[in-house]
Amino acid sequence: MSSISPSVAALRSQFGAAIERHLVSSAQTIVYVSRDRLHDVLAWLKDTPGQDFNYLTDVTAVDYRDPERPLEVVYQLRSLGRRADLRIKVALDKSAPLEVRTVYDLWRGADWLEREVFDMFGVSFTGHPDLRRILMWETYAEGYPLRKDFPLRGHFSRAEQTRQALAANPEAHYSLEELSMAEAYGELPQDMQERLARGERGFLK
Amino acid sequence: MTLRTVEMALATTGVDAAGHPARVPLGLSDENGAYREDLGAERMLVNLGPQHPATHGVLRLVLELEGETVKRCIPHIGYLHSGFEKLGEYRQYNQIIPLTDRTDYLSPMANNVGLALAVEALMGIELTERCKVLRVIACEMSRIISHLVWLGTTGIDLGAFTPFLWSFQERERIYNLQESWTGARLTTSLTRVGGLMADIPEGWEAGLREFTSSFPKTLEEVDTMFTRNAIWIGRTQGVGALTADEAINFSLSGPMLRASGVDYDVRKDRPYLDYETYDFDVPVGEYGDIYDRYRVRLEEMTQSNRILEQALDRLSRLKGAPINVSDPRVVLPPKSRAMSDMEAMIFHFKQVMEGIKPPAGEVYLGVENPKGELGYYIVSDGTSKPVRWRIRPPSFINLASLPTMCEGSLLSDVIAINASVDIVMGEVDR
Repeated sequence: MSSISPSVAALRSQFGAAIERHLVSSAQTIVYVSRDRLHDVLAWLKDTPGQDFNYLTDVTAVDYRDPERPLEVVYQLRSLGRRADLRIKVALDKSAPLEVRTVYDLWRGADWLEREVFDMFGVSFTGHPDLRRILMWETYAEGYPLRKDFPLRGHFSRAEQTRQALAANPEAHYSLEELSMAEAYGELPQDMQERLARGERGFLK
Repeated sequence: MTLRTVEMALATTGVDAAGHPARVPLGLSDENGAYREDLGAERMLVNLGPQHPATHGVLRLVLELEGETVKRCIPHIGYLHSGFEKLGEYRQYNQIIPLTDRTDYLSPMANNVGLALAVEALMGIELTERCKVLRVIACEMSRIISHLVWLGTTGIDLGAFTPFLWSFQERERIYNLQESWTGARLTTSLTRVGGLMADIPEGWEAGLREFTSSFPKTLEEVDTMFTRNAIWIGRTQGVGALTADEAINFSLSGPMLRASGVDYDVRKDRPYLDYETYDFDVPVGEYGDIYDRYRVRLEEMTQSNRILEQALDRLSRLKGAPINVSDPRVVLPPKSRAMSDMEAMIFHFKQVMEGIKPPAGEVYLGVENPKGELGYYIVSDGTSKPVRWRIRPPSFINLASLPTMCEGSLLSDVIAINASVDIVMGEVDR
């Protein structure tokens, strides 16, 4: 089961100490790369003949149960021509700001994938042109849901979560309904004005 | 004067500091960021969705229009976010399978198969022959029903109602088979690590045989209705086209990737479940437009039907063969043995109380789902619950190319392009 990808030797001779370590799990090769050279390594793997990892299968992150263990950002690469896969990882110490350079310039497919990692783990990808939350709404204030220090039911109480979710009201941004509501505000019944002023929407109790 | 859309308005909260509902800018700003009261003479923002029948779920698109031409398209997703990946970290592996039903709910059985395969790869489990054949049948049935939904709804989006009725009629036949096998039409939870939840019931093969023998006729009718239809061609050819390089750069997969001329199918290039022993072709498009995506999906249904027929032939030779591996780590011993044999009882107890424990390690396994490559990335620390369970969602990644395909096209083409991506929001938002 120790079928190490030949790309590891090539990476070591090209980047030396920037290749921190490698291991094989379930016959899949994983290479740990230092954060400073990550973008260079990925660009080299993408463009070098013989490597041709032209397809970015996935970008994700792993936060381990051991709080001391660094958070890892995972790049799953594939060479469509050679039918070969390689997994590149970069370990981020959680005591320092979680920052990695974006690979948006190499693969447009990284756009939403990096936004999701930012949304769920709080890793910022420097140089990403549009790094916003993607699955959670933009004013979401509870933190980063897939971190291990984020409880399954969230940081806030159920009531607080509901209140914030309704106050965020993401669909209302830009919507004509919201606009017309604002213009007609003075004509609304007193109790509805009060409810709106408290930021309530819908059937909140 | 150059105009710029007020994108930042997306972040405004509904209420201002005084507690009054804030007026949300719907219009344009000048270079200095000053907000213009009028809606903008040259450009207009249109909000499409999240509750719009043609967005195929709760997808919201904010479109900046100049006349009828789309200048910018900003998708907003997350309305159906359920936190499946977080939930999975608190569940044992077999308990995760019901979560996979609910991601791509138009092909639940194929999702179940993908997850079970990933855990089995992590544990190094070799499946029984009958299980592999039944899983292939599950995957190909899913591909057919998913593509039929796509065909029907896309037809409706472009104004053709009849093929919708045909495709949903055919789909119903598969759903009936699915229901008699698993007991559920949607929440199938078909697989278990090391095998299946249940074998097919008596006489089930005959039902599927009947389907595979008559289904090609429906496909022919659809072909007659669409393939050389002037309206269909006019609405789809050259619309939303992506080149092969763009498709690769956007990490597209499945029919979206192949329609652009990239010959990559996980079943052929990374075979699982012995797909390499089945005789089938992978259709590849040329122009990468909606028409090619339609051709690819239509042909894939024909090929799935071929695979189903071959799998049924194999199944008839494997009558009475076991569907589960005889591995006491993952499959419960028969109840009669657990009540009489000490060792079997211990295995039963350990599995029920502790769950399946894959060794520490990690695996990425991709399967060719109807929407594209569905990947499961599982990190295990040797306990019965995964450290991380990541879904590589093909719909999500394919949808990310939507703004590029829409920009410069007409508003009415946005509907066609969005339909051609074949998204299911349960998977996009997870």
